[in-house]
Order: sequence, then C-alpha cells, then structure tokens
Amino acid sequence: MSRHVADTVANAEATPEKEQPFAALGLKPDEYAKIREILGRRPTSGELAMYSVMWSEHCSYKSSKIYLREFGQKVTPKMRERLMVGMGENAGVVDIGEGWAVTFKVESHNHPSYIEPFQGAATGVGGIVRDIISMGARPVAVMDQLRFGAIDHPDTARVVHGVVGGISFYGNCLGLPNIGGETVFDAVYQGNPLVNALAVGVLRHEDLHLANASGVGNKVVLFGARTGGDGIGGASILASDSFDSTGPTKRPAVQVGDPFAEKVLIECCLELYAGGLVEGIQDLGAAGISCATSELASNGDGGMFVELDNVLLRDPTLTAEEILMSESQERMMAVVKPEKLDAFMAVVAKWDVETSVLGEVTGTGRLVIHHGGEEIVNVDPRTVAIDGPVYERPVAYPAWIDALQADSASRLPRSTDGAELREQFLTLVASPNLADTSYITDQYDYYVGGNTALAFPDDAGMIRVDEHSGLGFAIATDANGRYCQLDPYEGARLALAEAFRNVSMSGAIPAAVTDCLNFGSPENPEVMWQFKRSVEGLGDACMELEIPVTGGNVSFYNQTGDQPIHPTPVVGVLGIIDDVERRVPSAWQDEGNNIYLLGVTRSELDGSAWAGTIHNHLGGLPPQLSLDDEKALAHLVQGAALEGLLMSAHDLSEGGLALALAESVARFGIGARVWLNDIIERDGMDLTAALFSESTARAIVTVPREDDVKFVGLCEARGYPVLRIGVTDGRGPDATLHVQDVFTVPVAEIRERSDATLPRYFA
Amino acid sequence: MRVGVITFPGSLDDRDAQRAIRLAGAEPVALWHGEHDLKKVDAIVLPGGFSYGDYLRCGAIASHSPIMAEVIDAANKGMPVLGICNGFQMLVEAHLLPGGLIRNDHGRFVRRDQMIRVENNHTDWTNKFDEGQEIVIPLKNGEGGYIADADTLARLEGEGLVTFRYVGVNPNGSLNDIAGISNERGNVVGLMPHPEHAVERGFGPNTHDAMRSGMDGLGFFTSVIAKVLA
Repeated sequence: MSRHVADTVANAEATPEKEQPFAALGLKPDEYAKIREILGRRPTSGELAMYSVMWSEHCSYKSSKIYLREFGQKVTPKMRERLMVGMGENAGVVDIGEGWAVTFKVESHNHPSYIEPFQGAATGVGGIVRDIISMGARPVAVMDQLRFGAIDHPDTARVVHGVVGGISFYGNCLGLPNIGGETVFDAVYQGNPLVNALAVGVLRHEDLHLANASGVGNKVVLFGARTGGDGIGGASILASDSFDSTGPTKRPAVQVGDPFAEKVLIECCLELYAGGLVEGIQDLGAAGISCATSELASNGDGGMFVELDNVLLRDPTLTAEEILMSESQERMMAVVKPEKLDAFMAVVAKWDVETSVLGEVTGTGRLVIHHGGEEIVNVDPRTVAIDGPVYERPVAYPAWIDALQADSASRLPRSTDGAELREQFLTLVASPNLADTSYITDQYDYYVGGNTALAFPDDAGMIRVDEHSGLGFAIATDANGRYCQLDPYEGARLALAEAFRNVSMSGAIPAAVTDCLNFGSPENPEVMWQFKRSVEGLGDACMELEIPVTGGNVSFYNQTGDQPIHPTPVVGVLGIIDDVERRVPSAWQDEGNNIYLLGVTRSELDGSAWAGTIHNHLGGLPPQLSLDDEKALAHLVQGAALEGLLMSAHDLSEGGLALALAESVARFGIGARVWLNDIIERDGMDLTAALFSESTARAIVTVPREDDVKFVGLCEARGYPVLRIGVTDGRGPDATLHVQDVFTVPVAEIRERSDATLPRYFA
Repeated sequence: MRVGVITFPGSLDDRDAQRAIRLAGAEPVALWHGEHDLKKVDAIVLPGGFSYGDYLRCGAIASHSPIMAEVIDAANKGMPVLGICNGFQMLVEAHLLPGGLIRNDHGRFVRRDQMIRVENNHTDWTNKFDEGQEIVIPLKNGEGGYIADADTLARLEGEGLVTFRYVGVNPNGSLNDIAGISNERGNVVGLMPHPEHAVERGFGPNTHDAMRSGMDGLGFFTSVIAKVLA
C-alpha cells in the first residue's frame, strides 16, 4: 500500500484552485474564504482540518461568545477576591484559604453518549478530569448531570445502562469519588440525552499550572496513550476525499476510553508537577493535537515547531490529517525546559507512560508542522485557536411562549380530600424524577480517597481538603428544564438559586459557579433567544449573589429533527467550609427533634413536579425568586450550623414540602408528625399548595428541643420567617409520616414506592 | 511498628490504607510494585483498586510484579499480609490463598455498606474482634464473587479458614456467602470489603447511631499491631 502523502504548503501555493471539502468538514463558504484570506493562499488539507475543528461551534463558541462575555463584565470586586483563574482557561481556580485552591468545571458529552452511551459517558468523565489535571490539581471528586428520555420509552434503558455503566467503569477505575449529580427523565431528551460531567480538583496555590508555551527552545512533549484512529470525525472525509479507494477507511467518530491509562497519567502528572518539571501543560480533548498545539502556542510566546512523524501511533496507517485531529483519549502535551527533559523522562518512565518529543517553542509567531520532511502546516496559531469567527445569530421571541405562559396551573383541579392527596403524594414520591436513584448511585464509589464528608442523596457533596484543619468544599448542581422552557431568564436564575441553596444547607459558603449550557440549534432564532435570556439571567443572578462564573461549557444542537430540548443550563455552585466536621446532613437521624419550615410558601404550582406528574401539565410562570431572600436563608442556616443548632437542613424544591418530608423520613427510617394548618393560615393557601408548591428560599431544618429558644431567636433576630411544623417521631418498622388531618403513610410504604421505580425499568 | 502499603499502577485505595494504619497507631510505609525492597516492614497491605486496569484477570498482572516475589516469600515465612479487594484478588492469583473471584452475579459494580460476620478471630488481622461479631464496612467492586471447587470449599469450611461471611445480603453471589478467607497459619487474610474505609468518624459507613460514623475497620489494623508487638 502506498503511503498517504499529506498536502504540503508548497503544494497549496502551487495549486490554488484545488477544490477542498470544506463544507463536508462543517465550514461555511464565508469561513473558508476567511481562512484563505488569513493565509493568503488556500489551506493545506492539514490546515483545513485544524481550522475546521477549531472553528467548530464546540471549540470556538462562535455563536455564544458575544453572550458569554457578560459573565466577565457582570463582576463586582468581591467576586474577584477568591478568583485565581477565571473563564477561558481549562478550568477556573478558586482560593479556598490556608494556601489551598480548588478548580472545577462541568462539561457536556451529549452527542457521543447517545451514539455510544458507554464510551460516550466514560470519555466524558475522562475529558473533564484531564482539564482538572492540566491546572496542576489532583482530581478529588466527580459528579454527573444526566437527562434521559421518557423512562418507559423502549430506547431509554439502552442509554441509561450504557451511560451509567460508562461513568461507573471510568470514574471508579480512576479512584474518584462520585458525590452527587442529577438524573432526570423527560421525553424532550428522548433523541438527545444530556450527559454532563463535572470534576473538582485541589491544589496548593504554588502548584497552579497554565496552558501556555513560553520560553523559546523549550521542548514540546506529547505523553500518555498512543494516538489512534478513534474520535476522528471530519478528518476521514478529508483523507478519503483526497485519496483513492486504497486509502484508509473512514474511522469511528466516538472515542474509546482507558481509565487505567488515565489513572497512571494523573499520578505521573502530579509527580511531574511536584518536581517542577513542567512549564506549561494542556490536555488533549476535542481536536486533539490541533487544539493543544494551537492553544499552547497562542497563550505563550506565539511560535511552535512540531515534527508530526514523532507522534507515537497505535495505527501506522494514520494520515497526517488524522493524526492532527485524532481525539484519542488519555494524552497530555507539556512544555519542558531542555535541561529538565532527562528528569521529565525519568518520571514518565517510572509510570510506564509512553512519551515523545514533538518539537519546540519558537519565537516566529507561527505554528509550523512538518510531516515526512515536508511543511504541511504554517499558520498564525491565534487565527486557529483564538480569533475564530464570531456570530451574532438572529434572535427571535418565541411565537409560542405567550400562550404557554398564559396556561397557568391554577386552572388544574386541587383536591382537599386526604385520601386523594395521599395518593398524589405517593405518585410524586414514585415518579421517575423524584424517586430514589440508588439503582444508579449504588454503582458509584464515593468512599475512595477517604475524604468524602457528604454524598448523594444529601443536598450537596462535600470533600475534606485538609485532614488537619478540616477545611473542605461542598458542591451541588441544578437545572430545571421545565422552568427554563416557561422562562429561560428566570429558569437560569432558579437553577443558580437552587444550587446555591443546596450548598448553603450543607453549612458551606458559596464561592464560585460553573455552568454547562445545553440548548437546541443556535441557527434557530427562538433557541438563540432562550440562550441569550438564560445567560443574561445567570449573569445577573451571579452578580446579585456575588459569586463569579469561573468556567464551563456550551452545548448547542441538542435537538431531534426540528424539536429542540428544553433549555437546560446546568449550574454548579462550589462552597467553602472551614471544617467539614460542622457539615449539616439533609435527612433525619434522630427522634424528638423539632421540625421548622424556613421561608414563605406561595401558591406556586406552574411548572411544578405536581403539575407535571399528576396533571401532565407544563405552563404558566416559574416560581418567583428573591435572591435577597436566598442570601438571608443561606446566612441563617450557616449561622445556625456554626452554633451547632441544626441536626439537619434540607432545601425545598421539586415536589415542594411534601417531597422534602418524604426524603427526610425515608433516608434513615425516622418518622414524623407534621401539621400544615399554621402554614395555611399564615401564608393563606390551600392544602395542595402547602404540600406541593415550589416556592423558593425555603428549607426544613430540625433542631434539638434544648436549642429551640436559641434557634427561634436567631430566626427572629434576622427577620426570617420561621414556623414550627412538626416533630420527628418514631423509628423502625412502624415509623410513619403523619400529616395531621390530611394523611398518614408508613415510612416503609414511602420507601417501597420510591425505591421500586428505577429497578422496575432498568434492573 | 511499620506497615507497608504497596502501590501498583492503578492502585486506588493505597493512600486510604496508609491513613488507616496511621490512625490505628502504626507507621505506614509506601512500597512500590517495581522494586524488590520491603523496607523492613513488619506487615503488608495490598490495597484496592484496578491494578494494571485489571486486564487479563483482576490482580493477575500485579501478582507477577517484582515486589510480589518478596511478598510471597515473606508471607511464607509468617509476615502478616492483608489483601483488600483488588489485593485479595492478587493473593488468590499469587496462590497465597485458594479459590478465585469472578464478576458479580448481577453484572454491575456495587457500592454498599456491608454487614459481615467475623467467623475466625484467630488470624493476625482479626484478633481484636469477637468470634461471631457482626461488623459493617464498605464494599465496592465489580468482580467480588468468591468461587472455589467443592473440595477447597469443604476444606476452608472444615478448617475454619472462612474468616468473614456476608450477613443479610450476599452482594455478589459469593459461594457460601464468603467475604474473606485466610491461610492455615492465619497470617495471610484476603477480603472483598474495605476495612480502611471504616476507620474515621464522619467518613465511614452509616450506623444506627449516626450517618457515616462506622469505625469497625479499625480492628483489622489494631489486630496486626497487637500481633506484631506481642
């Protein structure tokens, strides 16, 4: 077989009129023209490969950039206080005190996870973990935000089994505790499930690493797994287009993960950092070597020379274009001083990590790549990695939204009958989005590392960072696509508010935000309007809460045919806790404690789980949100936790008070007596709203009787609405949840209904 | 009192085992799979994880690591050796313990707070427990189903070498509910559940008393300290 010869720069100059498959690679005619203008000639096939993938929506953020700038503009001085690295790097870095920092980010892997759920989800974990490593941090936790189609659809089990299996396989094998996440079933995600992966890492301040290639003469080193033909999408089109039928065949577009290789890579990188052997580092993810070389060069002194023949290959038939675009997993690129190269090589040899020196940093301002002795790439790296196209896509107020908002849940029948409310309560408890998720989470290891202070089903996951002082962080994520469909601005704010509330309930103080913005096609003006409004809402709310967005990801084109998903901005909030010993769990463990409801209940059932589950209804306006109230609630709970007054704190969200009560009794089998008449009287509403309303800035907390006076005094001093609504009572097989004058349900029955749902479809 | 913890490529719970040893009052010593040096330790822990990605069979490649030659030699001379999860799989692959471990009968990875009964408190790693004592420690594995041929099972049962048995739930289809076994001498013990994850209040399994408060795993490490210092 003849060796594929890459298109050279000289060749490109000599054959300016050669037709190139730019459209098949996803480039628009004007984008292709722009590339020709930048280069002053047609691109080589290798350059075309690089531009096409780096200018893709996924890598360039060309449709979202003008909006994402808001996050950088809506910033107060307080928001910068803890920010060591903000948006634009591999992941944001937050100072958590005592010389420690935390880096965290959430990212999407939606489309691969639908095509090949196991590998798609597994490599989603792998990719986000490499982002964390490349900041100089040790990864210490992961969590996943999953959205599947209808639970009873025949294809859903395929996706669930694959995705959960892939996360379990990869995450467990990496030794990273999985401490939280979300699982949602909704028909809008049937043909386009969402698989978002979040990772958190910790580092000492002095270990911070950034992705830049500085220092002329420094070596550019590729290490980790060998480069193979996996994850090559467009490059195959190029290769087969420019070659006849004897050339390489088209290759699969989904990457294959090897968590063992990644685990070894983590330990190897940490040892390299500890030895001070790395000047700059970048993980290889989307767009592989194209991305790593152009980004490293852009962020450094601007020049790099790479000998592509030095890349270690798993498959020797790969063409130059394929090597440039391969998304083979578990690879990193480092910039190393020549005098430290021997020490670098000793460390990688210890970990049996294959390594090759590809080239070096230059002062030319050009990224030059040679293959087979010929120059196949010669570009200004900034034009590839940074100065890509920026679009101001058309935006249109959705034609359907006024009608949707007018269709309030207030027209739905509300029962006052105890037996009927009892059945509605149990229907909600057993509904796919509120039922127990142990079937999934029991497949995740949360013990490894020995520092997990809280994990699912607590409101937030919490990890101890410092074993001596007890310093730690808490993290929670949230998104409610139904609220966002009703009002994307408020929906995004509500997602932030709930994640903020969850973190606050654990006793931690929220400090920073990451987001993964999952939307339909940006070419649909109505989707673009949803995106614009969500970003505005999130930006405004972050400024009000004074916590910065430190990084994240945008995922567009989540739709089946013309039908976009509900806008789903997943928002993660990271909080700091001085001593994890003072954590507050969300469920009840003891009898005889008083149960308090904090906050005001309004009759807010639009977009609620009750409306969706009992009445299959989505319409109206999402719950009102006052971020001042959210802040006041957070301060109150943090203050009470600091004084040791709280046995538990659980936020109220989907399913309202009823679901919070169900979760609180079911977890450890502690019963309760609860009365609703005080809420109904004070807040002026009916039983259905008291049970199922999703009003914000609310929580239930339990307080030992001896601390009652102190706790109520604290609430009154801070002017926060508080009502004693019950007492924990009874444990063991006879424990019940008794809602006075409404219904009584054995805790065992709540558990049975909650536990049965997922296994019924998936076990 | 020095207890070595061997790190293989793909070991995950090695730092947790070191912490458990420290909390029990001994000095943890990090050992490296590629060396032959046991660094004068008094006992050895083979930690959990996915050594070498568990390619071939779980623990199979690790059992041929350079340091395992020294471990086998020391074990045969009576040094206490504990294999946890992947470490148990290595001990079986190295023929220090009989039988084998296969994929969980339900096919999934499982993580749960597992009750086990201490059937034999005469080993180097269980002498601080009462015979028949029921303890709760975390379990987390994909290939934890213990198997052995009928003769071996009869011998293990007859000679009292079944050290731990699952109580309540058999989480992986292990024969005779076996969670862990020992050799005749009682110095080599292997089990699938993880004692090193139940040594610190707030970070262990749930108990009736309070969530995450279980510390039943500490007894493994205080047992070996008592044995060595005796």
